[in-house]
Amino acid sequence: MSLLRVRGLKVAYGGIHAVRGIDFEVGSGELVCLIGANGAGKSSALKGIMGLVRAQGDVHFGDASLRRLPTDAIVARGMALVPEGRGIFGRLTVAENLDMGAYCRRDREGIRADLARVYALFPRLHERRAQLGGTLSGGEQQMLAIARALMARPRLLLLDEPSMGLAPLMVAKIYETIAAIAAEGVTLLLVEQNAHLALKVSQRAYVMESGVITLHGPAAQLACDAQVRSAYLGE
Amino acid sequence: MDILTQQLINGLVLGSIYALVALGYTMVYGILELINFAHGEVTMIGAMVALTVIGLLLGMAPELPGLMVVFSGLLVAIPACMALAFAIEKVAYRPLRRAPRLAPLITAIGVSIILQNVAMLVWGRQYVAFPAILPQGQYEVFGAHITDLQLVIVALSLTTMAGLWLLVERTRLGRAMRATAQSKEVAALMGVNVDRVISATFVIGAAIAAIAGVMVSAYYGLAHYHMGFLLGLKAFAAAVLGGIGNIAGAMLGGLLLGIIEALGAGYIGDLTGGFLGSHYQDVFAFFVLILVLVFRPSGLLGERVANRA
Repeated sequence: MSLLRVRGLKVAYGGIHAVRGIDFEVGSGELVCLIGANGAGKSSALKGIMGLVRAQGDVHFGDASLRRLPTDAIVARGMALVPEGRGIFGRLTVAENLDMGAYCRRDREGIRADLARVYALFPRLHERRAQLGGTLSGGEQQMLAIARALMARPRLLLLDEPSMGLAPLMVAKIYETIAAIAAEGVTLLLVEQNAHLALKVSQRAYVMESGVITLHGPAAQLACDAQVRSAYLGE
Repeated sequence: MDILTQQLINGLVLGSIYALVALGYTMVYGILELINFAHGEVTMIGAMVALTVIGLLLGMAPELPGLMVVFSGLLVAIPACMALAFAIEKVAYRPLRRAPRLAPLITAIGVSIILQNVAMLVWGRQYVAFPAILPQGQYEVFGAHITDLQLVIVALSLTTMAGLWLLVERTRLGRAMRATAQSKEVAALMGVNVDRVISATFVIGAAIAAIAGVMVSAYYGLAHYHMGFLLGLKAFAAAVLGGIGNIAGAMLGGLLLGIIEALGAGYIGDLTGGFLGSHYQDVFAFFVLILVLVFRPSGLLGERVANRA
């Protein structure tokens, strides 16, 4: 059964049509990626789903429509987005950033348990918990952004370009973590320019080009697809 | 009498009032990058509402203790100002949230003029006297005088600032306010209802303004429909001095500005050989504002303002 179902999603900014009517689905427990070149409309699609930009079309999450809901209400229903550029609160401490992730939750016990869990996942964040978010390195900020989203205990985690701007070693570390999170049973939708990485961890993939989805299928199959190989895997 | 000590005391009292008003400017600026020029008028409305309640109470029960009467006035003025600020934000600023920055700024000036005129219609053009019902004790400290009222003003204002500090640093709402000030979009992604946090910011600032309004009218012994204008401008100067958007900065800036003003007023006569007198007191706030804008636009504790403004 699909947890997220998107039908005819369109996003336009002042005459520029970034997303021109796309359909896709993410099943419960799946790791799905949306790949495509810079400017294909991937981030706009995520922002449209989260209510951060005006969007047309139908987005169903669980068994309810998200039409016209404000972002905070969508988050309260169990969706969390790790935004492009990480969106760390630079003047809040690491611990406060993590508290913000659990903003919608009231179960103190559960929050404490999840805090222990993300600190176990990212020991570096535990070392730096009293430091301001703005003083972390890019990779640490990405860890913090993912950890913060996990603090919401989301039913669906959306990741926007988690590898962007990071050193190769850090990218590998982040992707290990993504695989570990997926193995715990969290449903993930991953948006990536780095198709190689994304296809390796995902079960299914959608390829986006100039605002439309041009291809989709099992990730392993797309990784072998001649068109994808030439356009996105640099072969 | 020691002029220096006396003016330091006077400056501290005045400065603690400026600090309270400056907090309202800086909190709203921190979140919306809007200079809420109507904030001075909210302070004035606080004073007027409190004085009305005080007048009614004295009419009904003249034997009540003065301090209790004034606190009752304050307890009505606070929710009145909170409701007013809530309405101003909703009606005048929220529809302009996505408009160019100049639009809400001009709207703020408009709201300020409207409030002044409404106050003039309701309370009249004349000065409203603050009845002499507060304790009038006076004490000697290091050769200077300090009154009961001055002590109450400083104590109440420090308590208010401490309360605000706890709210902002230690509560869920405070954390949401700080997060929203840094990024409305990411705050929303954490599940923060950004509109509600913005409302709360205006409302909290207005509650503090009501306290300041009652203090200033008690201190000068009067209130007037126009009193919020100069007070607001000075508090704004204090917020800029401390670094606008920075809460500790507003507190520091307010206190410093009060002290600068009092010292300036105390010594300007001597310094100019009697050419200028202490009625030039109001000049200093704006002199400081100009110096800060020229030499340290980000203020004493501010950061990154120059590239945002």
